Amino acid sequence: MFRLFGYFFEIIRGSVITARHFIVNIFFHTLNLFGIKTKRKGAFTIQYPEQKSEIAERHRSLHRLMKREDGKPRCVACKLCETVCPSECIYIEAAEDPDPEIQKYPSTFTIDLSRCCFCGFCVEACPEDAIRMDTGEVELAEYNRKDMVLDLEFLLNESK
Amino acid sequence: MIDALIILVKFIAAIVWFLVLSLYLTWAERKESAVMQDRVGANRANFFGIRILGLFQPMADAIKMMTKEDFTPTFSKRFLHNLAPFLSFFFVAVTISTIPFGSNLMIGGREIKLQVVDLNVGILFVLALLALSIYGVILSGWVSNNRWTLLGGLRGSAQLISYEVALGLSLIGIIMVFPSLQFSEIVGFQKELLFGWLPKWGIFLQPLGFIIFIMAAMAESERVPFDLPEGESEIVGFFTEYGGLKYGLYMFTDFMKVLIIACLLTTLFFGGYHVPWLYGDGFHFPWGGEWLLPHGIVVLFQVIMFNLKVFFFCWLQILVRWTYPRFRYDQLMDFGWKFLIPLSLFNIAATAFFMSL
Repeated sequence: MFRLFGYFFEIIRGSVITARHFIVNIFFHTLNLFGIKTKRKGAFTIQYPEQKSEIAERHRSLHRLMKREDGKPRCVACKLCETVCPSECIYIEAAEDPDPEIQKYPSTFTIDLSRCCFCGFCVEACPEDAIRMDTGEVELAEYNRKDMVLDLEFLLNESK
Repeated sequence: MIDALIILVKFIAAIVWFLVLSLYLTWAERKESAVMQDRVGANRANFFGIRILGLFQPMADAIKMMTKEDFTPTFSKRFLHNLAPFLSFFFVAVTISTIPFGSNLMIGGREIKLQVVDLNVGILFVLALLALSIYGVILSGWVSNNRWTLLGGLRGSAQLISYEVALGLSLIGIIMVFPSLQFSEIVGFQKELLFGWLPKWGIFLQPLGFIIFIMAAMAESERVPFDLPEGESEIVGFFTEYGGLKYGLYMFTDFMKVLIIACLLTTLFFGGYHVPWLYGDGFHFPWGGEWLLPHGIVVLFQVIMFNLKVFFFCWLQILVRWTYPRFRYDQLMDFGWKFLIPLSLFNIAATAFFMSL
């Protein structure tokens, strides 16, 4: 019987906690509804498509390829990223560059985003700092699988 | 002729009140649970870009339910399969007819009771119909011809016998204190004052009966602390073979039960439509003040008060639903048979003792 009353005490305590959350939150919701700015908000929710949270500085997002000063890709087609990629989403074809100092450049460089797991190994493996994952693009969904295969042209000419 | 018209208008008003509030109870439940858990809740449903706190969400849900496939499994009996949700729905929907919304309204020398029918066995009628609504659950579990839904229906019936006795016994105390089975008379008794200032509400005369009744009534509504028949989150419930609007009818019946339980709690334990110290001609405060009001305003106050009390109990039930985890099956049986029933018997004995003093 005593155990039972302890149980009832805890039951009531539980509902007092949830009721307190409700009353405190509804108070701040009401204040915000009438346009009064408060330091605390009623909810922690971020209303996503209209309101976006800041991405951390060392995040990993959509890839981009860096350019040399004359606009050619910095990539030398060493295929280290292709080798290290655990999901095998990078495909590189090398071609000979007339410039003897560069020697090789990628004629095709495709990344299949539908396979990419955003581990960032390609960035770490690159000896030329030619590939980076810092565009801040995280909304990468497409209606079509073909649209998720990115080519050299696209990767070179991204906005950032 | 005009009497029949009045009854028709009362009936339509009551059922519309009942259905619209149950519909918006789904919205209230989403919003309240969200606010309790530091979230925002459904707020995206809009009508030409206008979204007032997601108030169109119930309409969106209804449209979704209606446009889904009305599926009847081939291994079930078609007629009974279609009948079961309507049985559940009907028995709960009928109970609203006995609830008094306000005292008598005088229009043109005619006295209109704000109650659809004033049965002299109102309490028994409501209890019997609420107990009958479990037939829809058992029938749906059996007729789906699926062993898990059958077990869900059996859980429902076992739950019924473990709380329904306590539900009835807890109301004996109320019937002893307010000697009537008629809702309008029970509410009428609660108009009087205790010690000259405290309204003579059921909760002040029957605190233990109130606690037992609210626990048994929550078991009646088959929502989370007692949702063994359906067990949405883990176990397979009785309406597994239902889809679309028929499934929606079961969900809707749950919310209607919440509302009818709030109405019962208000009517039996919280003075029904009575505002404290408000009489037929206005307020008479116990400290001597007076505030006389015309008849129409008094009735309006009463109806608003009734609605506020009902909203409070809906709020309380949603709070309970979003706070506690589910009872285990044997715990529910223990709770009903070993705790609620002895406690309600003790309540009857104690009430009899105090009344004989």
